[in-house]
Amino acid sequence: MAKLETARSGLDAGSREISLTIPVAPDMEIVATAQAVAIGEYIEMPRDKIDEVKLVIVEACINAFEHAQTRDDRVHLTFRVGRESDGPEYLEVEVFDQGRGFDQRSVEMPSLEKAFGGGKKRGWGLQIIRSLMDSVAITSGDWGTRILMRKYK
Amino acid sequence: MSEACKITVERRNDVAILFTDGYINNQGGEEIARQAYAQLDAGARALILDLEKTRIVNSIGISILIEVLERVMDRKGVLAFCRLTPTIDKTFRIMGLAQYAAIYPSLDEALKAVAAAPRGEAARNP
Repeated sequence: MAKLETARSGLDAGSREISLTIPVAPDMEIVATAQAVAIGEYIEMPRDKIDEVKLVIVEACINAFEHAQTRDDRVHLTFRVGRESDGPEYLEVEVFDQGRGFDQRSVEMPSLEKAFGGGKKRGWGLQIIRSLMDSVAITSGDWGTRILMRKYK
Repeated sequence: MSEACKITVERRNDVAILFTDGYINNQGGEEIARQAYAQLDAGARALILDLEKTRIVNSIGISILIEVLERVMDRKGVLAFCRLTPTIDKTFRIMGLAQYAAIYPSLDEALKAVAAAPRGEAARNP
């Protein structure tokens, strides 16, 4: 309830945006998902969709934790609630790190067939994010990585 | 802070049921693998992972579940999942896991299907 009240007060102030910074540390991704739950409940997003948003936040955060080598040892999240003209409301989550960035073209598509053949079993994060969200935009460079993900209610 | 995943195991003849409770990340996945391998070593032919009390499986946890599946397949055993949240179910299907390990809505259905599955063949998806 306390978390929900935090989200509600931020959104009622007219900002329609809440920011959260988490340290690069074990399980901090779960802290970030709590904020998504609070905002999702506030806009009455169905529970299954909230669960999908939670999972993609987890994936985006652990990607940053594991690969980004952030300069500030932090991952910055922004949650936005919006609506496109007459369309449904959406929850948008931006996950930003000030890390070394990556080349999206170099990310190999994972598959179970490769994994079973003694290949790598990791690397599913981006595929999960792209599959579960309604839109995903990734920008990356030597300034860091920004993942912008949107889920319609 | 951490939703450490707790695993409890129930054995029914040659079928081991692993009940998970909590977040399946690297630690949760490793604990599942440890318990699963112990059951295989103790003669279990089939493993059922009952995820009723798990709401998130991250990709590291999933990668460990793939290792468990590989080990089960190497031993000509059977692996099945049951009582997944819609998000976990969707994620496993996106990854193609359902091709190799059947997914059931209930534990009873998983037990019946696993009992009927010949050694080395994935239990049939409902």
